[in-house]
Formats: sequence, structure tokens, C-alpha cells
Amino acid sequence: MFRLPVSKIDDLFGTIASSRTLYLPVDGNDGRAKYDKWSEGTKMSDKLNTVRSAKSFFFPQTTNICDFNVNGANVEVVDIREESEDFVVFGVRACDARSFTILDKVFLAEPVDSYYATRREHGTVVTMACSEPEENCFCNVFGIDAAAPEGDATCWIADGYLYITSNNEKGEKFVESISALLEETDDSAVKAQQETIHGIVEKLPFGKVSTDHFRKNTLLEIFNSEKWEKLSESCLGCGTCTFVCPTCQCYDIKDFDTGHGIKRYRTWDSCMYADFTKMAHGNSRNAQMQRFRQRFMHKLVYFPDNNNGEFGCVGCGRCLSRCPISMNIIKVIKEFGEE
Amino acid sequence: MQEMIDRAKELLADGTVDRVVGWRSGEFSYDITPGVFRSAEELDESFIYNDLCAPNLSKYLIKESRKEGKLLVFLKPCDTYSFNQLLKEHRILRENVYVIAVPCTGKIDVDTIKDKGIKGITSIESDGETVTIHTLYGDKTMPKAETLGDKCRTCKSKKHVVYDEIIGEDGEVNNDGARFELVEKLENMTPDERFEFWRNELSKCIRCNACRNVCPACSCENCVFDNPNSGIQQRAAVNSFEENMFHLIRSFHVAGRCTDCGECTRVCPQNIPLHLINRKYIKDINEFYGDYQAGEDAMSRAPLNAYTFDDCEPGIVYSRGGKA
Ligand code: SF4
Ligand code: SF4
Ligand code: SF4
Ligand code: SF4
Ligand code: SF4
Repeated sequence: MFRLPVSKIDDLFGTIASSRTLYLPVDGNDGRAKYDKWSEGTKMSDKLNTVRSAKSFFFPQTTNICDFNVNGANVEVVDIREESEDFVVFGVRACDARSFTILDKVFLAEPVDSYYATRREHGTVVTMACSEPEENCFCNVFGIDAAAPEGDATCWIADGYLYITSNNEKGEKFVESISALLEETDDSAVKAQQETIHGIVEKLPFGKVSTDHFRKNTLLEIFNSEKWEKLSESCLGCGTCTFVCPTCQCYDIKDFDTGHGIKRYRTWDSCMYADFTKMAHGNSRNAQMQRFRQRFMHKLVYFPDNNNGEFGCVGCGRCLSRCPISMNIIKVIKEFGEE
Repeated sequence: MQEMIDRAKELLADGTVDRVVGWRSGEFSYDITPGVFRSAEELDESFIYNDLCAPNLSKYLIKESRKEGKLLVFLKPCDTYSFNQLLKEHRILRENVYVIAVPCTGKIDVDTIKDKGIKGITSIESDGETVTIHTLYGDKTMPKAETLGDKCRTCKSKKHVVYDEIIGEDGEVNNDGARFELVEKLENMTPDERFEFWRNELSKCIRCNACRNVCPACSCENCVFDNPNSGIQQRAAVNSFEENMFHLIRSFHVAGRCTDCGECTRVCPQNIPLHLINRKYIKDINEFYGDYQAGEDAMSRAPLNAYTFDDCEPGIVYSRGGKA
């Protein structure tokens, strides 16, 4: 365990940024936090979480895949892939950190998604324990410890110091690169803070929500349940829940006509959208209920079925705070839990 | 609220309606979901109407009024304007809807409170003047006026423009012009400053489509942005120019039909003040064609859909600083 006084945090950021790009949560002028590039004078946000999750660093909303230069009848395919630059994402919460391992299962499985892989390889994730979890947090339901986030290195802020420890080789290299600023210390202050955090998590309104139902019942029982109709009745199909979600991973591939060629890019898509399943033969999900059901079946049934029981939700609470009609995964889990 | 539930039960019982569109309580006191209630038990169980019921129910009636049977809907003053506008556009089947007007003294917006830095909100109580906020980290109080969302801070009217029956007293239209103050501020900026302002705001957009999907004026069955043959069916923009275009096209399409219900800004996860774009058009329409409020009635022709000899000429842009 190492530490440095919080008053020196700007020196820390300066040192990190001297060798690679540093991103961290900052407050926008509207009081909401977002990840932004650090430059001299940037202040880290003390909000619990950003509106958009940190998945954008590895799976951006749009990614250019390749270009086609069209010249008469000649079409040249240009491979525009390049190595990602080295970067550090600082201040990632435990929920978002876990979301990366969920995304890894999708994008790093064969065939490996090289666009994602290069970003993962070059990005260092430095997490921050949550000293003040909020009412919509339920990470602990999925076995995530807000007091001990995963990531390459982990930080805590306690008693005027920033504590930091590494979790793997990448993290060790990171700590090494800032070692001039750090002093070695024991972990008593961190232990004390962890205890406080666990005390708060204990009291979270959704901390004890049970997901057992999704383990006990079969896929078809849940799929065919009548409950979906009512749960989805006022869903606007806007897709906000999917775009703010750290684990939502669906994308579409599109061509953009530049006038003298084509830019092929991929962009986040949402199962909440009517045309998500539109194919040459027609559309297999014609009602919003079916689309709504898909989002929650994916996270609570299909994903765990394919991944040794691991749920596709990390309990970050974003879909709870951002849905225009306040319908969300907690209400779904609870509705099914109450038999 | 009990009066509303009782009346709804009566109308269900005597067969006037067979379902009720209203607001359903959630896990906290503030996460309210629009819902359809089919029985007295269901109403008792989860129907709610309080200072937190911001969602506009009018748009749901496009779908609901086309189903079999007749429904009861509760509408706040601003919701009645949306309702009228949808009637004008033949989107709601009036004969299938029974409207009860309900009073509103402004809705509390939990995001407005959160953006003030208040964390871990587990419940919000309001006595109409003061709001008590219970959080995981202690209780706070603040004047209700400070907790209102954008749409309620500059409420255009407490008057219901359409209903079959009303609960409580009807209110007055508010003509103090306060809702145009920020628009005027933007008008007084230099074009560069204004461009900077909107670039900064619109660049936050994640194209989640919440603004479009919640908007009662956005009622096209297949939006141009969802149409693969339109050439602009983008999930996200390829570049910033396109990103701006989404908002400009959408706002032009609702110009003259936007009732200023404020839902777009309320739902935007990125806190983009979208209503300011539409209010600019409303203000311009007022100035060019005389005062006009979309949704005020369900019959009249809107200035942008009607031709008169007095209409302003396109050349007006020059007198407003536009360039050839
Ligand atoms: S659940 Fe909510 S956020 Fe998701 S699509 Fe439906 S209305 Fe939008
Ligand atoms: S489903 Fe909701 S709570 Fe779960 S990870 Fe996604 S946004 Fe967070
Ligand atoms: S869900 Fe857990 S890890 Fe995520 S912000 Fe809340 S407390 Fe922290
Ligand atoms: S609601 Fe906000 S973020 Fe979503 S598409 Fe509209 S402007 Fe963009
Ligand atoms: S544009 Fe916004 S304010 Fe106007 S009608 Fe649509 S949601 Fe309401």
C-alpha cells in the first residue's frame, strides 16, 4: 500500500499525463459528471458516478471499422485499424470495473474483436472505492465490493490521503511510474474506510434484492411470464437504459457515404429499438414488450446461462436514475421475485 | 389524490370507462411510472398523484385510445395542451377518452435536487411550500421552488384547455414571459458565442432518443431517423455536424406544434436544455405571426400551416442579421 497527500493530487495527475493520456471524471457545468481528458487545472469530480459509463473507453459509441475508396469500378478497401495509444482511466468505480470483465467475455472471446482488444491492452484502469454509495447502487447483489474495486490498481481517499495499491502487473507498472510521489504505508486507514463503506452498503435500499428466481426457474418460464406485459406497458423504447449501461454491448454496422467513398463504422445499438431485429425477412420483435423483455432476459437469463451463472448487470444504478419513466432492472427483478 | 382514486373507481364501476391511465408509484417516492389501471384494487395498490408526477400522459393516448373500450386519463394543465395538439393532428381518438383535469402546483425534479450535490435520496416529501429530502446521509429541506424542474420553473399555464370534468379549481395562463428570458440571453450573444454554447451542449448528446420518444409532437409512426431509406438513419452521428442536425431537424419538425411541455429537457440524461431551441421558435412565431400557443385549442390552423397576406417574407432574415 502506498499513499500521497490529497493536496498533491495535481502533481500525481501531471506525472501520469506526462507519459500518456489521462482520463478522469470531471464535473460538467450542469452539475453532472463525465469522463474527460486531464489537462493542467482539471479537477476530479466528487460525484459518485458519471452519466455515461466508462465502457466508452474500450467500446466507444462509434468506431470507424474500415474505409472504401471508390474510384469508378475500382473499390479499394482500406484497413484503418491502428494500435491504440497508451492511456489511463482514473477514478473508475467498482461497478464499471466489473463491467469490463463482462465485456471481455463478449469481445475477447474467439474471434477476438481487435478494435476492443487493442484498447484493453493499452488502457490502464485505476479504480476508486466508493466512500458514499447512493440509493440506486446494488453492486453487492452481484458480488461486487464497492470498498475494494477491481481494476489494474485501486485507490481510496481517506483522512486527507490518497491510498493506492496495484492488483496485477499492469497496475504494478503504473504504481512504479508514479513512485516518486508515493510513500509506503500500512493499510489500517483503508481497512477502516472499507468497514465504513460496508456499513453503508448494508443499508442500501436494494442491497438485499434477491436474484434467486432467475436461477430457479427455466428460461421459458420466465420468457413466457405474463409479467412482461405490465412491466413494459409504458416503456418509450428510447434506449436510454442501454446507452448509459456499462454492460450493454450491442452494436450495428453502418456505412456512411462520404461522397467519394464509404466509411464503415459501428455504433451502439439498442434492443429497445423497433428496427433492432429488422432483417430481410421482416422483424421478429414487433411489440415493445418483446424488446423490453429482451434487455432483461439478456442480463438476467441468457448471459448467466452462457457464462457460468454470472449476471450481465453490475448494479450501477444508471438505468434506475436515467429512465424517463422510471422503469428499470430492479423493478423487473422484484416483480419476478414476488411470487 | 384520494378524490381522484374514488372518482376513477366510480367511473370504472358504472362502466363509463374500462381502464384508467395515470401514474404508478415506484420503489421510492419519486420514481413514478405512467401506467394503465384496470381495477379498483389496482388503483388502491399503486395509483399515485403528488408533487412528483411529472410525466406527461398525453402521448400514451395515441396508442391507448386506439384500443377497444374507453379510458379515463388524468391530465395536468400542461398535459392538456399536448392532448389538444394531438387531437388537432388526429392522433388521439377523442370519443374513446374521458379526461379529468387535475391541478398542479409544479413538479419536483429529483435530478434538479441531485445536481445540487445531494446524494443518496431515498424519499422526498412536500407540503407544497417546503420539500424534505431524506437521504442515506441525513435529511435536508429546501423551498419547493428550488426543487422544480425546468419545465415547471417557468410554467406557461395553470389553466386546463380541455377536459370532461375537473377536480379542484382551474388556474390562469401565465403570460409573464419568464420562459423566454434564457432565449433572450442567447439572442443577445454573438453568433460565435451562441455557436459555442450549442456545440458544448449538443456535443454531450448520446443519441439515446429519449427526447424524441417522450415528445408528444414526435408522433410519426416511422421517424426519418429510423428509416433506412432516408440516408440519415444513424444510431449515433458520424461527425459533429450530423449531431447538430439531428436536433435541428427534430426541432424544426415540431416547430409550431411544440406546446412547450418541457418533457424533452426533463428526460435528457445529459441535461441538455433542449426546450430552449423550441422556445426560440415559439418566440419567433409569436413575433412574426402574433401570439400563438400550440395546443390552446384543437381546431385552429397554426401560423406555420396557414397562409395570410400579412405573413412575414423570407427576407426578414436580413433584418435580423442573416447573411445572403
Ligand atoms: S426502459 Fe426506460 S430507458 Fe429503457 S427504453 Fe424503456 S423508457 Fe427508455
Ligand atoms: S442494467 Fe442498469 S443497473 Fe445493471 S449495469 Fe446496466 S445500467 Fe447498471
Ligand atoms: S454500484 Fe457500487 S461500485 Fe458502483 S458506484 Fe454504486 S457503490 Fe460504487
Ligand atoms: S435525450 Fe438528450 S442525450 Fe438523448 S438523444 Fe435527446 S438530447 Fe441526446
Ligand atoms: S419538443 Fe419538447 S417541449 Fe416541445 S412538445 Fe416535444 S417534448 Fe414537449
